[in-house]
Amino acid sequence: MTTTLTTPAHAATATPRARRRRRARRHSNVLTLAMAALLVYFLFPLFWLVVAATKTTGDLFSTFGLWFADDFSLFRNIHDTFTRDGGQYLRWMLNTLGYAVISSVGAASLATFAGYGFARYVFRGRSLLLGLVLGTIMVPTTALAIPTYLLFAKVSLVNTPWAVILPSLVSPFGLFLMWVYARDAVSDSVLEAARIDGAGELAIFFRVTLRSLMPGFVTVLLFTLVATWNNYFLPLIMLNDERYYPITVGLSAWSARAVGGSGSNADLLACVVTGSLLSIIPLIAAFILLQRYWQSGLSAGAVKE
Amino acid sequence: MTTRAARNSGYVFVTPFLACFLLLFLLPLGYAGYLSFFKDQLVGGTVFAGLDNYVRAVSDPQLLDGVLRVALFFAVQVPVMLLVALVAALAIDSGLLRFARVFRLGVFLPYAVPSVVATLMWGYLYGPDFGPLAQLGDRLGFEAPNLLGNGLMLSALSNIVTWEFAGYNMIILYAALRTIPTDLFEAAAVDGAGPWRVAWSIKIPALRPALLLCLIFSVIGSFQLFAEPDLLQRLAPSVIDSAYTPNLYAYSLAFISQETNYAAAVSFLLGLVIVVVSYVVLYVSSRGTRR
Repeated sequence: MTTTLTTPAHAATATPRARRRRRARRHSNVLTLAMAALLVYFLFPLFWLVVAATKTTGDLFSTFGLWFADDFSLFRNIHDTFTRDGGQYLRWMLNTLGYAVISSVGAASLATFAGYGFARYVFRGRSLLLGLVLGTIMVPTTALAIPTYLLFAKVSLVNTPWAVILPSLVSPFGLFLMWVYARDAVSDSVLEAARIDGAGELAIFFRVTLRSLMPGFVTVLLFTLVATWNNYFLPLIMLNDERYYPITVGLSAWSARAVGGSGSNADLLACVVTGSLLSIIPLIAAFILLQRYWQSGLSAGAVKE
Repeated sequence: MTTRAARNSGYVFVTPFLACFLLLFLLPLGYAGYLSFFKDQLVGGTVFAGLDNYVRAVSDPQLLDGVLRVALFFAVQVPVMLLVALVAALAIDSGLLRFARVFRLGVFLPYAVPSVVATLMWGYLYGPDFGPLAQLGDRLGFEAPNLLGNGLMLSALSNIVTWEFAGYNMIILYAALRTIPTDLFEAAAVDGAGPWRVAWSIKIPALRPALLLCLIFSVIGSFQLFAEPDLLQRLAPSVIDSAYTPNLYAYSLAFISQETNYAAAVSFLLGLVIVVVSYVVLYVSSRGTRR
């Protein structure tokens, strides 16, 4: 990746190209069937989850996993999931939503702002600073998590929501995407015209350029949204108090208790399964609604090397 | 490109990011680096230890086992996953498929599932007592292999990670396929090349940079494997110990045995290994293609 970062970029506007591509009129049934088999592999665990969410804990063990039991207890399970331990589950979902939205909007804004700055302004130290940030793209977030924990423990930030949100605000890969994007998506002539009209640089950014940076912004937003929504390691180490848990750590804690499985936890497994199903619905809905952004934004990053 | 007056505005745009980068990225790394040069002693408290923690780390059999295990995991799982992703991306892009949009979304969907939920699901599917696979075997009169046993655990983990991320890689590859200039296809069609030939001779070579990107992401992902083994540990405590992957080990050092300084050194070293491996992969695979 780095070798490319120095070579000038071309092509790769993220706007989808006109679909002028010659499409073969013939469809291949063999290929369609082969892909259908692959699709079954990717979807059957989700099918299992849907089926399992309709079962009581007892039926989860005693009936065949890939089909419904006689006793349809989905609605009871949903009720139990939301009311268990004083409504903990709903709190975890709201925490996840809060962490994910604040982190992703923050990370995408910082990356967009800085990506545009690096792409469109010449200033002292620019290459050095940019190189420094891009050089850390490969530092994995979990290798950074324990150091961040140690630092946050020093300044009493652990076991607060900030401990999960702050580290998610910095996305070197997001900056990389926006830097690439801003080089291609903003035209110099538009900027010059706005300057001649006497507009300030910040005004130009918010009134003129932000609109053309929007697809890149949304892509980075989606990436960081999924990353924080699904994050497990960081909240696991940062948070002790169950009230601050995001849904991943919460479900994991429930499942640990369900494996113990006796006494008051004897029927917890049904809640773990139903809670798992409910927790993935918002992201799956977002994926379906925002499909085109994935593709357009990703093409900017993928072809640039 | 810019007027002189506009120059200082550059700082306005990059400063918020750089400030956060400094405080939340470089500072933690620096602090952990600092801590890694100390150690706790029963007598005398925390003392400067030089490189002792690092010397201990590179000869720590638990850490080395973990690193070898994820290296093996990487060598087996990543090629399979990228092959699945490549085939799926080419198939969806080929125009030969009915319902291509359905396939694209369906294969990508597992990426929306948190690794915690994915592991919970697969854990139950694998279960030797109540999992559907074992149940099927029971009914049909054969004994299903224990997927959570010692011999198959790494494969079981590979399957979960492949399931989670094949679609994500497919989307990256598919996005790259959509940017190949269409005149190449027109020229190929004039020359009488069919879709298979186009895929082999034009599309796969054009995917090289995107495949490289996927490979780098996979290096990073494999070496920080945590959630999947952490959750499967409950179902198979005798197979997965607290040092099964380097990340699990770092976690248990920091939070269970409370060896903060050593945990800092291990995290630091782990990050370094990943960065180095990534650059090696990058260097090796870009050599020869650049003229």
